[in-house]
Amino acid sequence: MVETQTALKTRMEVKNLNFYYGSNQALKNINMPIYDRKVTALIGPSGCGKTTLLRCFNRMHDLYTANRYEGEILLDGESIFGMDIIDLRSRVGMVFQKPTPFPMSIFDNVAFGLRLKGIKGTELKDRVEKALNGAALWDEVKDRLKDSAFSLSGGQQQRLCIARAIAVEPEVLLFDEPTSALDPISTAKIEELIVELKRKITIVIVTHNMQQAARISDYTGFMYLGELIEFNPTEKIFTKPDEKLTEDYVTGRFG
Amino acid sequence: MENVAEAQKSLREIKTRGEFLERFLKFSFGFWALFAGLLFPILAGVILLYEARLAIEKFGFINFLTYTNWDPVQEDFGAATMIFGTVVSTILSMLLATPVAIGIAIFITELAPNWFKPIVSTAVELLAAIPSIIYGLWGFFILTPIMATKVEPWLQDKLGDIPLIGKLFQGAPTGVDVLNTSLVLSIMIIPFMASVVRDAFNMVPPIMKESAYGLGATKWEVIRQVVIPYTASGIAGGLILSAGRALGETMAVTFLAGNNPQIPKSLLEPFTTITVALANQFTEADTDVYLSALYYVGLLLYLVSLTMLGIAKFMVLRLEKRWKA
Repeated sequence: MVETQTALKTRMEVKNLNFYYGSNQALKNINMPIYDRKVTALIGPSGCGKTTLLRCFNRMHDLYTANRYEGEILLDGESIFGMDIIDLRSRVGMVFQKPTPFPMSIFDNVAFGLRLKGIKGTELKDRVEKALNGAALWDEVKDRLKDSAFSLSGGQQQRLCIARAIAVEPEVLLFDEPTSALDPISTAKIEELIVELKRKITIVIVTHNMQQAARISDYTGFMYLGELIEFNPTEKIFTKPDEKLTEDYVTGRFG
Repeated sequence: MENVAEAQKSLREIKTRGEFLERFLKFSFGFWALFAGLLFPILAGVILLYEARLAIEKFGFINFLTYTNWDPVQEDFGAATMIFGTVVSTILSMLLATPVAIGIAIFITELAPNWFKPIVSTAVELLAAIPSIIYGLWGFFILTPIMATKVEPWLQDKLGDIPLIGKLFQGAPTGVDVLNTSLVLSIMIIPFMASVVRDAFNMVPPIMKESAYGLGATKWEVIRQVVIPYTASGIAGGLILSAGRALGETMAVTFLAGNNPQIPKSLLEPFTTITVALANQFTEADTDVYLSALYYVGLLLYLVSLTMLGIAKFMVLRLEKRWKA
């Protein structure tokens, strides 16, 4: 199966990135591209810095003091460190390890980010419906939009969080182990959804689960002890990686 | 096979040894837990009920609650004035304390720089440890003159002519009145209230807040739309617990209320509360009916406090249940 070779566009680019929690260096000289409308997976053993790197992309680290970045991350050629943080976060969305529905109705959850942008009335309703459709949740919740988001199952809650994130139409969506709290059936649904979403959105996913990376991603970065050991097309990473360390990890020799 | 038999034998030994200790602990600690948690409160209620029986027979329930006369000489008793005083001073102190306490909790959990958080937290908790009589002394000797000469005349000047609201600020400003009492009460309950609300705020998982930030929300939007609704029942529980404290507060109120068994016509008039009446009059209660009437108001306070505590507990439980979902 040969994929038709369209020209790869770089949506984000990491350049010589170092990141410190206080005096502790968590990321060491990371360089990698994030290709437009592809799924990029970050894999590696616990503590390798993959989640730390992911959280750099929307500057989530800024919420806590004593965190420090060095180097550059570009979004469409522009440094994210010079951008307005509210603007950056509406362009680079995020979905977390556990479902995080807000204490409000299903509708209001999806409308949350849209209302922050001042969207109201019929446009709001249309965008919410579109987002729920996009997250493959509309049919399950269309008759109970006013119910509390807590009434949904775990898998549905996670798809609700995806709907909430895509409602604001981000260019990039970050997934931080989005299925680690879910059962296999819900996991399969989320994975399907991610593959579906990449037609419009650039996706970066951190996963513990190598099979998941192999199933859904186009590019994979393997990280170890704060360094990016190898970045390559997923197929290459899992069949004939350039680095010995990568091979040892993906074949289960450590990690 | 022998190994298995041996292992089973030693397991049995451990089990019998453990069982004895477990049973001993269960019964001895269980007794104290039951005594402190169940027997004592029920016993207190029963004693109050028993001691109040004379007054209950003589004055009934509804009549006692609504009758405003409290006349030890004629042995003619109604609790309306002190119930009114207790309820009004509690509500007013809650109105004054709630915004400040929630503000403090927001500051500690969300706004203060990290190095400053433990300092404010500890300072607020220390305030809760000051004995109430100190608040009473401070209120009476320091705050009362200030209220009487500065604050209350100013309030009268600014608000006295407004219809309806102005009525609340009539009378001679003495500082021994509803307003000053409620103010000191509110200062007393703020530390406790702020601590409970802070704990509720801290229960919001970081990724919940990050999700909102991740959608481009500002700090204030996260606090208002996520943190506060998420902890609503915990906040409500904390408020009710604080109200329970204000209801039962005695020493400070005794200093400041003026012990005047009348329904105050404005915030600047002296009044009385259930606790004030009990503290002032127990030593003077020289007849059976008088003493019994005092027990009766004590019983009312007991019932109100217990109910409020029950509601608070229920609300906090509901909050905790939500996290586990």
